[in-house]
Amino acid sequence: MKIKNTLENYIFILPAVTIFAIFYVIPFIWVFQLGLFEWDGISFTKTFVGLQNFKEIFLQDKNWWQSIWNAGYITLIALTFQNILAFMLAWACDREIRMKNFYRVIFFIPPVLSEVVVGMAWRFIINDIDGANVVNRILTQMGFPHLVHNWLSDPNTALTTVALVHCWKGFGWGFLIFLAGLQTIPRELYEAARVDGASAWQSFKKVTIPLMIPVMVLVAILTVLGTMQVFVLIVSLVGGEFAGHTSVPVLRILASMRGSSRFGYACAQGITFGMVLIMISFIQYRFSKKGQ
Amino acid sequence: MKNSFYYKSKKFVVNTLIHILLISVAVTCLYPLLWMIVSSLKTQDMIFKDISLIPHQFHFENYTQAWKEGGFGGNFFNSIVYTVSVVFGIVIISSMAAYAFSRLRFVGSKFLFIMFMAAMMIPIPGSFVALYVLLNKLHLRNTPIGYILCMINVGLSTSIFLLKTFFDKMPKELEDAARIDGCSKIGIWWHVALPLAKPVLAVVIVFNALAVWNEYILALIIFDNRKFMPLQVALQSFQGEFVTNYPLLMAGLTITALPIILVYLFMQKYIIKGVTQGAVVG
Repeated sequence: MKIKNTLENYIFILPAVTIFAIFYVIPFIWVFQLGLFEWDGISFTKTFVGLQNFKEIFLQDKNWWQSIWNAGYITLIALTFQNILAFMLAWACDREIRMKNFYRVIFFIPPVLSEVVVGMAWRFIINDIDGANVVNRILTQMGFPHLVHNWLSDPNTALTTVALVHCWKGFGWGFLIFLAGLQTIPRELYEAARVDGASAWQSFKKVTIPLMIPVMVLVAILTVLGTMQVFVLIVSLVGGEFAGHTSVPVLRILASMRGSSRFGYACAQGITFGMVLIMISFIQYRFSKKGQ
Repeated sequence: MKNSFYYKSKKFVVNTLIHILLISVAVTCLYPLLWMIVSSLKTQDMIFKDISLIPHQFHFENYTQAWKEGGFGGNFFNSIVYTVSVVFGIVIISSMAAYAFSRLRFVGSKFLFIMFMAAMMIPIPGSFVALYVLLNKLHLRNTPIGYILCMINVGLSTSIFLLKTFFDKMPKELEDAARIDGCSKIGIWWHVALPLAKPVLAVVIVFNALAVWNEYILALIIFDNRKFMPLQVALQSFQGEFVTNYPLLMAGLTITALPIILVYLFMQKYIIKGVTQGAVVG
């Protein structure tokens, strides 16, 4: 009776565990094994090369580290620019103002759209080669013809342009989370601060900021994990060319896998990249513990 | 002493500045979308000559052309099939598992739950390479079923987490009553727990639907055959074919974006709640 009962309980988790084991756990373990081989993904023979792939990544693959640097650069812009904007907007919407809900709905439209749609639509708006460059036309009409520029095809501006489009797409997430956080701060605290004679700026500094630190860390971690793994947006913005100055880690992994058919190397890249990501989140987490 | 007029006018100035900021950001959010939709109704010539947001003539034939010549109809249908089946699968499988983790006792339950949660935290950007190899071995690559199973897996952890949090807070009395009436465990899950979980299920459904509709990388590596591709991936080859025809491309983008925007506008209450909940508990 008891055994039958237990078996019955297992039936509930069986489908979830099976799918999870096959499509998450096995690939997860397999990545570590494949990383030690030189293999083209098709042939029956894999060549065991030990840590050779990792050695190559660390000592020779300049493109790989460049791509991590590029993703880091986009992340840095997102962390500062995107999150400060999101925080400002959330702070503004936390006040008693009209049309709050309207803004809330509008600001979350870009995150809802797919990166392919966002990338292609923006490409069309900012890329000169494709003809109708709206940004350049507006700049000309506003009297700044000297600012007209090939934003996406100039190596000096391409990465920053990509980063700004990424911020456009992503700030809505931060905005909603910040707003939710701000709304959990009890109003009485602000009133108490005002009674004590604190100015608006002082109560912002002494009440809002300290109470929002956990939310800020959460948004920061989500931003880093999300932004470091960008790639669809770049493919659709830059047009699918894996140009060096906008290459990012996931693109490099795909290029190793598809372009040069080096599956083991692609896995090794994935492992090093995963380590970098886990390290960053860990540091951020520790940092937040200290801050509290 | 500053009088009330000073405070009133100061408040007015601050509020005006805030509204200017909010409105300008709102405009930047909407402009690319409007531009995309408007361009899809113009001709190639008009796009280059005239950047106004009101086309002089509406060329709806771009849509029929994109649908027919671009072969978009098939990909649109694929996206719908993938979205519906993945969301259905996730709802059934994750609610069963979440119910078990919350209410049923079995050996290894804690360990398994921690495994699912760890999957949510640990990023493995390279695992799609191994996933590709695995699907090849299982003869599931380039098949819709392979893609659907992979996508169900992607959504499982978060959905189990959200549903378990809900079931934990749910009062036990109703289930006890059902048990006394002779209802089986499966019966309780189906007749009692699931109907009560409707608000969370809405969040789970909407979030997973957005994720599947917008998914790209797995579809890119799993499908070689255009016949099976969802809209997001098909758009890339579409862009290649119609590299000079922008109105058609914009029509394609609009066809891809419009359903999700409509779903969002109807369900935004749940989406905002989902983000907020996820943030609070996460």
